[in-house]
Amino acid sequence: MLLIRCPYCEEERPELEFRNAGEAHIARSANISGESDDDFEKFFFIRSNPKGIIYERWRHMHGCARFFNAVRDTVTDKFVMTYKAGEPKPSKLPKNSNEGVAK
Amino acid sequence: MSDALRISGAGRLSQAKSARFTFDGQSYAGIEGDTLASALLANGVHLVGRSFKYHRPRGILSAGAEEPNALVQIVRDDARKTPNVRATVQELYDGLAANSQNRWPSLSFDVGAVNDLASPLFSAGFYYKTFMWPKAAWKSLYEPKIREAAGLGVSPDKPDLDHYSSRYAHCDVLVLGGGAAGIVAALAAAETGVRVILADEQASFGGSLRFESGAKIDGQDGFAWAQVAIAKLSAMDNVRVLPRTTAFGYYAQNFIGLVERVSDHLKAPGHDLPRERLWQVRAKRVVLASGAIERHMVFANNDRPGVMLAGAARTFLNHYGVAVGRNVGVYTANDSAYAAAIDLKKAGVSVAAIVDLRDNPTGPVIDEARALGIEINFGRAVIRAGGKLRVSSMTVQPKNGGGERTIPVDAILMSAGWTPSVHLFSQSRGKVAFNDETKRFVPGTYAQDCVSVGACNGTDGLSASVDEAYAAGAKAAKDAGAKTTNGTKPKVDASESWSRGMLGAAPGAGPDTTVKAFVDFQNDVTAKDIRQAVHEGMRSIEHVKRFTTNGMATDQGKTSNMHGLAIAAETLGKPIPEVGLTTFRAPYTPVTFGAIVSHARGPLFDPTRKTAIHPWAEAQGAVFEDVGQWKRAWYFPKPGENMHAAVDRECVAVRNQAGLFDASTLGKIEVVGPDAAKFMELLYTNPWEKLEPGRCRYGIMLREDGFIYDDGVVGRLAPDRFHVTTTTGGAPRVMNHMEDYLQTEFPHLNVWLTSITEQWAVIAVQGPKSRDIIAPLVEGIDMSDEALPHMSVREGKICGVPTRLFRMSFTGERGFEVNVPADHGQAVWEALWAEGQKHGATAYGTEAMHVLRAEKGYIIVGQDTDGTVTPNDAGLDWAVGKKKTDFVGIRGLKRPDLVAKGRKQLVGLKTKDPKVVLEEGAQIVEDPKQAIPMKMIGHVTSSYWSQNCGRSIALALVAGGRDRMGDTLYVPMPDGVIEVEVTGMVFFDETGGRLNG
Repeated sequence: MLLIRCPYCEEERPELEFRNAGEAHIARSANISGESDDDFEKFFFIRSNPKGIIYERWRHMHGCARFFNAVRDTVTDKFVMTYKAGEPKPSKLPKNSNEGVAK
Repeated sequence: MSDALRISGAGRLSQAKSARFTFDGQSYAGIEGDTLASALLANGVHLVGRSFKYHRPRGILSAGAEEPNALVQIVRDDARKTPNVRATVQELYDGLAANSQNRWPSLSFDVGAVNDLASPLFSAGFYYKTFMWPKAAWKSLYEPKIREAAGLGVSPDKPDLDHYSSRYAHCDVLVLGGGAAGIVAALAAAETGVRVILADEQASFGGSLRFESGAKIDGQDGFAWAQVAIAKLSAMDNVRVLPRTTAFGYYAQNFIGLVERVSDHLKAPGHDLPRERLWQVRAKRVVLASGAIERHMVFANNDRPGVMLAGAARTFLNHYGVAVGRNVGVYTANDSAYAAAIDLKKAGVSVAAIVDLRDNPTGPVIDEARALGIEINFGRAVIRAGGKLRVSSMTVQPKNGGGERTIPVDAILMSAGWTPSVHLFSQSRGKVAFNDETKRFVPGTYAQDCVSVGACNGTDGLSASVDEAYAAGAKAAKDAGAKTTNGTKPKVDASESWSRGMLGAAPGAGPDTTVKAFVDFQNDVTAKDIRQAVHEGMRSIEHVKRFTTNGMATDQGKTSNMHGLAIAAETLGKPIPEVGLTTFRAPYTPVTFGAIVSHARGPLFDPTRKTAIHPWAEAQGAVFEDVGQWKRAWYFPKPGENMHAAVDRECVAVRNQAGLFDASTLGKIEVVGPDAAKFMELLYTNPWEKLEPGRCRYGIMLREDGFIYDDGVVGRLAPDRFHVTTTTGGAPRVMNHMEDYLQTEFPHLNVWLTSITEQWAVIAVQGPKSRDIIAPLVEGIDMSDEALPHMSVREGKICGVPTRLFRMSFTGERGFEVNVPADHGQAVWEALWAEGQKHGATAYGTEAMHVLRAEKGYIIVGQDTDGTVTPNDAGLDWAVGKKKTDFVGIRGLKRPDLVAKGRKQLVGLKTKDPKVVLEEGAQIVEDPKQAIPMKMIGHVTSSYWSQNCGRSIALALVAGGRDRMGDTLYVPMPDGVIEVEVTGMVFFDETGGRLNG
């Protein structure tokens, strides 16, 4: 079971308290009703599926109930960092602290 | 049997505490502290089971958790019959009853052993090749027969009477394995003051110190030192010591699953004790000290009872005081078996000969054995074991061929070397590396915050292990935040050291195809099977594993994997690391379902939600149905009534007098704040800004794709306060959906959302007499049609408690929904019920509610819609605000497919024969005579017998349905085709006059 840091509670809590809410940084247009079919398709249907770093929304469902954003590595399943909803996509990621821990 | 096998002066058990036990009904004596295995051996019993496939007689191979053969059923009572218990792990208690498995009629005469003679038929891949045809016979014939003939113990057939517990724990340093290395690492960490957990699967700590008679630490015998160290650790506040606790799984971020066997070793466990306890531990640092497992030699008939691991024989002697035979032979490819021979010889057991596959090994143990007068044969192999129910001889031959010599023995102790236990390391996603010099896989690249010490890390010798463990324990503590170090490293005064050995088949393992030289005892896999798998084209070790089932039994190949790999590599002509290791998976040893499930069974499996009115309904004899986690009253049968009669009566009563219905499970959300109306505008299709306080509106919620997500009546209590209702099952996801938009898309809106489902009990009073029933109990609300018209809401009091009184209807009759604080729910219900009795009111359940709403064509989201239905499809276009510029789903609704012609639309269906009730889910076709597969144009979503209409009624989703009014369609069923007519969705009171009637 993973540990996830809630940026609102400022604590690492077990995965059981959280729920994934899909890909992050997909903005709903302020003029959504006027969007073209192509733009709506991109907004609603098209999602990235990278091998590696993915930006996701999570909700601290059984905690503070806030939605927030997380950066996760789909290869190792590890959370690289989390940040509050509405904050910009981080331009630099912290070095994964667990990487290459030697004996 | 003679007590002579219990060697006086040997072992650590006190002779005073005897314990009686039975095996296959025969009574024996053992000693407290014995395992079932040591107690059986003390009685000269080696034959304890039959093998999985060939039903060959099997004995005790090991003295620990790796045991593949000695699996027994432990019977406590009629319900508690635990199968596949390893006799080497089960501790003896007075009165223990064990039975052998997989034999009939008896262990010494087993009819299934005919499989052994027919074994040429049963070689690797046999099942896959033989039972291919006819295909249908697999399920009906082959599989049941194979399952009957093969297999291990018998599952208990009664509910488990035991209880299990579960705990979460956090620590700084978790040490897994309580041998010398684990204890030292725990000491080093604990002395710094950090929180330490030390767990070991055995009843007593010490690991290989249990048999290593040559180990001395801090001036004491190794095992005695371990007990002192454990006592010291147990006394420390920052340390938790867990014996009988197996770490079975290593998961992400140092999350470890451990199972503690709490009472399986007790004669009469009190009911206050759980049988097992699951520990879910999150550790900052993990120290793996899981030791090593000895490998057997692969030669013909190496499975005969009495053939066992040398280290096990040594454990039985040095810890349990039991000699495994009176005249033993030794077959080895490394030094450690010499120590076993020496210990047994010193204890007075005759050692017939040591057969060593190596050419001219030297070393102190070899010299010592020679000095004791033991015959040693270098460069020779045991090519077969004699005997059947017990080994009687070993046949020795120079390893490159030559004259055979048969030596009578009653036990053979074997050792091919030791395999580091990298199971947990590997589960942690660490990568193992092959050490070519020592021919073993050891931890290579780490993936988590853990470290391996001692034998599991490939570290040889007690002294080196203690050094490594002490440093690792101190470093783990420091990494976890320890500031101080004030301990003293234990001093190793004497130790044993042996490494190396061999992998794969010894000369006695073939290539003769009639020879059975076992690699995997539990799954009956021989060296020949593995060679055959390679010859038949298996190249990957994962394929070899699955084709032969090597390593796939309950012991997960603890003794067999390395041999299997080596034989495959040799046959493939590739080096071992190129062939690679199969994946280690949790659990390390089998874990009971009880431990995993813990208290979450029966009523505690899933929360049960009951309304405030539940006790009343129960007392009235209501039949309940599950709706999500809720228990809802389904119908209220009177004596002699079946469901059909009760529902008919309830439906008629509501339309003619009145009915009371518990609607408390309805989801309720309060939307409050200056921007509440704006928020509602965005979340629902309907317009809300102009809805006056005191009025209600039926709202539809869409997903962004334009499909109906939920619906419900919303009352505006004040300009800044909406009382929103949702479907019973939809409440949590609607709340999540609302929160999602409020927090992330519309955070500028000043709105608060509160789930109030459980705050309000809801009593629906429906029917022509409904107002007469309610009015006398209400204070402060004008109940006239003018003051309280259909679709309005007022706040006031009923029976003296606050109420939100809704005038609304899900039946098509004049109706009210009385919301009262849940604590008053039953009292208000009882008052309304008493009033209702004056007017012939009935209580009705969810089934009548469904029928009544269907008579009016009111949809249920999730039943009449399925996530692909738009408001237009459902005939609800009127509820979509045409002038609105934004709401969730507004763009989705314009998608080409959603406005295309021919979409499935909700319509009514009337069967030509009014008595026939359609089946919900039944498919609809235009032409019943067309060829199969027919073109299906829709399906029935709701269907009931309507006593009020005097006929069956149904709702259906039909392609282009609204253009088919009056058309005849067909519903093909297994017993005939049903003719139906397409109609509107309202079957009763089409003008809606009764809402005010």
